[in-house]
Amino acid sequence: MRTGADIIIEGLLRGGVKTLFGLPGGQVLDIFDKLAKAPLEFFLARHEQGATHMADGYARATGRAGACLVTSGPGATNAVTGLATANMDGSPMVCISGQVPSPLIGNDAFQEADTAGITRAVTKHNYLVKRVEDLPRVMVEAFEIATTGKPGPVLVDVPKDIQQARCDEPFPSKMSRRGYRPDNEPDVQDIERLAKAIAAARRPMFLVGGGVVGGDASAEFAAVAIKSGVPVASTLMGLGAFPGSEPLALGMMGMHGTVAANRAASVCDLIVSVGARFDDRVTGKVSTFAPHAKKGHIDIDPSAIGKTVLVDFPVVGHVKIVLRKLLEAVEPVARPEWLAQVTDWKTNSPPTYDRASRELLPQYVIEQIAAVTHGDATIVTDVGQHQMWAAHYYPYSKPRSFITSGGLGTMGFGLPAAIGVKAARRDQPVVLVSGDGSIQMNFQELVVAVEHDLPVVVVILNNGYLGLVRQWQEMLYKEEYSGVRLGRDARHNNERIPAKVQTPGPYRPDFVKLADAHGALGLRVTGRDEVAPALDKALSCGRPAVIECMVRPTENVYPFVPPGKALGELIQGLI
Amino acid sequence: MKKHIITALVENNPGVLARLVGLIAGRGYNIETLNVGPTGDPTVSRMTMQVPGDNRVLEQVTKQLAKLVDVIEVTDLTSTPHFNQECLLIKLTSTQEQHEEIMSLAKRFGGNVLAAQPDAVIVQLTGDARHITDFLALLAPYKVMDFSRSGIIAMAKGGRS
Repeated sequence: MRTGADIIIEGLLRGGVKTLFGLPGGQVLDIFDKLAKAPLEFFLARHEQGATHMADGYARATGRAGACLVTSGPGATNAVTGLATANMDGSPMVCISGQVPSPLIGNDAFQEADTAGITRAVTKHNYLVKRVEDLPRVMVEAFEIATTGKPGPVLVDVPKDIQQARCDEPFPSKMSRRGYRPDNEPDVQDIERLAKAIAAARRPMFLVGGGVVGGDASAEFAAVAIKSGVPVASTLMGLGAFPGSEPLALGMMGMHGTVAANRAASVCDLIVSVGARFDDRVTGKVSTFAPHAKKGHIDIDPSAIGKTVLVDFPVVGHVKIVLRKLLEAVEPVARPEWLAQVTDWKTNSPPTYDRASRELLPQYVIEQIAAVTHGDATIVTDVGQHQMWAAHYYPYSKPRSFITSGGLGTMGFGLPAAIGVKAARRDQPVVLVSGDGSIQMNFQELVVAVEHDLPVVVVILNNGYLGLVRQWQEMLYKEEYSGVRLGRDARHNNERIPAKVQTPGPYRPDFVKLADAHGALGLRVTGRDEVAPALDKALSCGRPAVIECMVRPTENVYPFVPPGKALGELIQGLI
Repeated sequence: MKKHIITALVENNPGVLARLVGLIAGRGYNIETLNVGPTGDPTVSRMTMQVPGDNRVLEQVTKQLAKLVDVIEVTDLTSTPHFNQECLLIKLTSTQEQHEEIMSLAKRFGGNVLAAQPDAVIVQLTGDARHITDFLALLAPYKVMDFSRSGIIAMAKGGRS
């Protein structure tokens, strides 16, 4: 008879897992014992948060469930941020956690935590397995739930005695749960109504979101947009779903959205969200969002419809199936004035910066990454200003080429996620764009890239600040800078930035030495001319590389719609 | 704020109650009454909750409850014609002569006196919220020793389940 640990390994293999990320501990030793002989590549993360983001990155790159394995107590609580990150962005993941032996549960045993209780609100579903006979079914369900409907993370908490217990219970061939019906067949009439509304609209637009990327429906979406001649704005998560080079592409909408996307939203008479959930960072002030527009919404999740914005034309169903049917129903309609208007905004007010500056500017670095990689790299980001610059200045032409923590906004996501992406795409360049704040949250995982020979390129846009917070303090808190300074004298943290900020002195930590200490190539770039050669060197050196770019400390992200304002009230910055 | 009556058929698994209650509590809503009981199928339980809240928010809550893997079916009965019933148990301090008054009051409301001791009576009454509130109003002169309400259970009128 096989043990619970055997069943877990077999369940992972049946779930299509080839790569497992994790960290051992007392309550998962039985699983690690079986793992040694299993046909799985194991990545030993240095922190469980790292393991979860690696699994998440792997999932976002492949569309398959990422898998991770952590121990009880602190192992599981460390995984919480990674689960919440995946949950917010609908990323499929299965996380196995060890638990103290069943008789000790509830006794405040060593390394005990109520993992099922703690993770309930940050997973799509979770299990505490109480009988070894349930394990085969639970493993099948975990992968099914993680990858179907709106994908998400599933946690399976397994007490040590259950890992050791034996049983012959077979794996069910498929999941059968009366409470789980992820495949809503779209209503044909809903689709026809939406198609008619699109045809009748004089100033329609699409808002494409992460659901189109996750639902592998980019080709179907492009066909609908092009046939109907409707311009397309994107959410952060939707970047890459519709090629940025298309004439109809307006770029990102929302708080840091483009002039074209945000102005279009302010005047359009129909906005159709396709796999986007009208997040508050996209809508701005909800009561003034697209004030002249009827709203359409295609989503696999019925609870996403009407959540923040009242919808006139809802369609519930898998986006790929809905779009195929919508393609037949939509009519080509010429709207020369509307297209001329959005094209004018797009051409005359693109996101821009001081290109003539002799200082090294962060936007320039992103453009250089685009030039050196010919726009073909997978870009992973952390969270902050660099994330917005990476969104604006790199031309994403393919789905799953821009990987970022959108919903939860998890600083520290980038490096482990990039390792997960590279593990899935060894033959393609993977560039992490990070900031000096975010990168320090999970820098320890760099050694995993070195050990596994995964030559990710880490570009740190070092501005010596928690930059997006600094920008908010500058623009919304009367320049009262507080707790945002990095790398220099921490005593300055509550002082105003001097009027003329000099190039920072010795920055701590020294990222070049830190890279070297981890066995990666470390480079520092201070001038514009050094960027492309450094990128070339990093991309061709065959090992992980860190390029620290000393950029202008006070550069801001524009456009900017202050929180609580309407999208039309955007601050354009440099015009 | 309107009181919503949400009823759900759920898998009879450990943790299901925590999942439903957690989802509602996590959004800052107070569950006023909650009743959980078995159904004809031993693997299925019926939960009935009364939650005061704004229509749109409760529609969201209902949709999100429906998404839970352990929830088989969920209905907001508020705007559907329905019956709702609740059970009251109340223990009153009473003298021998008050016994008579209380017993006749209970009888008028269709309740039962479960026990009559020299110094106390226990009354059980079933009815809708209004019926129970009216009964309690008439008990105002008596001293209440203990008091328990079951929380409502509800069922749609007519042919729909």
